[in-house]
Amino acid sequence: MAAWSRFVDTFFKWDVIERYFPAIAKGMVVTIEVAVAVVITGILLGLALAVLRSFRVRVVNALIVIFVDVFRALPPLVLILLVFFGLPNLGVNLPSFLVLWLVLALVLAAFAEEIFWAGILSIPKGQWEAARSTGLSSLGTLSYVILPQAIRLTVPPLTNRTIAITKNTALGTVIGVAEILNQATTAQAFSGNATPLMMGAIAYLILFIPVVALGRFLETRFAWRRI
Amino acid sequence: MNEARPPILEIRGLRKTFGEVEVLRGIDLSVQAQELVFVIGPSGSGKSTLLRCCNRLEEPSAGSIRIDGADIMAPTTNVNAMRRQIGMVFQSFNLYPHMTALRNVTLALVKVLGKSRAEADRIGLAALDRVGLADKSRSYPGELSGGQQQRVAIARALALEPKIMLFDEPTSALDPELVGSVLNVMRELKRGGMTMLVVSHEMRFARDAADRVIFMDHGVIVEEGPPQRIFSTPSEPRTRAFIAELSR
Repeated sequence: MAAWSRFVDTFFKWDVIERYFPAIAKGMVVTIEVAVAVVITGILLGLALAVLRSFRVRVVNALIVIFVDVFRALPPLVLILLVFFGLPNLGVNLPSFLVLWLVLALVLAAFAEEIFWAGILSIPKGQWEAARSTGLSSLGTLSYVILPQAIRLTVPPLTNRTIAITKNTALGTVIGVAEILNQATTAQAFSGNATPLMMGAIAYLILFIPVVALGRFLETRFAWRRI
Repeated sequence: MNEARPPILEIRGLRKTFGEVEVLRGIDLSVQAQELVFVIGPSGSGKSTLLRCCNRLEEPSAGSIRIDGADIMAPTTNVNAMRRQIGMVFQSFNLYPHMTALRNVTLALVKVLGKSRAEADRIGLAALDRVGLADKSRSYPGELSGGQQQRVAIARALALEPKIMLFDEPTSALDPELVGSVLNVMRELKRGGMTMLVVSHEMRFARDAADRVIFMDHGVIVEEGPPQRIFSTPSEPRTRAFIAELSR
């Protein structure tokens, strides 16, 4: 029985939970804010880059590929630290919340572009030919014929990658963004008890299990009407 | 034959090179209004390339192509507007799988011609009716047989009221029992006065319906003439060899 009560005392101490619950809750709000901002801007930017790439302007494509390869290769933590500590030297002072959002959005955009591009490429050339043969423009063909088909294919890898990248909001703690992990480690330092870390872990579960479930729902819903 | 009107399709000196290979080596071809011209020849002869140059799916390397007198290669040509006047039917149908048959037909009517949904649906249903598929307007391509899909593809091209329709081996991907339904639609189009350029192996159909048969080999037109002559008494040895192969 002593082992059990020690376990509870380490990870589930009630008065610690009571005292630091508001802080963790505030951290959840920040995490949600960053995550939503990252997902929306990252995916939209990734889609825009993939569409741009489909116009096959060589210089533009080269730039896109360089951007995408760099941002997929670098660890997000390295990028966050580079941007946060490097930008002030260039005269740009961004609050840490913005730095976190910017970096994660660019990383998600890089992965999303590749996923959308793979989707676009996998649509048979005959679809382009048929649509263009009826007088539809390139943009019209993309909008009404290609993308609706391509996007259906991209949902599984996209939801996967999105979940992975939004968990990286935890990295915000190193530059002082007041998200869940930051609140949890601060509370842990003040209370000398590991309970806040357990609270943080549970907070992540509460946030991300619904996201994972949503992802799976989207996958099955879009997979159903596959040709 | 109406001499006053220019040919609907006039090709002069058409050449097309893919990398090192010259696929079309100087094609001269005219299609008059309401003519059904059949193009036959061995694979690799350039038949499909010829068709695809006509609406610039392939860009010609040299030569001129005129649709109803207008040069489609001119720098000022609006390619999309030009393609509206040319209907194309593909061997692999190329229907949009995420749209119903009706929507496949009306997409261009709404997005290219700017028609209202109601007007487009009316025209679309009429086109589907012409190919005998008005009752399938709400079906998805995946729910249709190959022959039905091809007929929807024909309706899709027809709905735009093109000046000429190009058929690139329309029945080659179909099971034999479905070929007849598509050929019947094509016969019906011919009866309705549509100008058609058809690449196909369907010799019996050519014999019945074609005004002129053209035999192509290695990127040039070897011989052309009425189907009776080409199939029974061709002049050129290469033509004779090809026809003999087919009749085996």
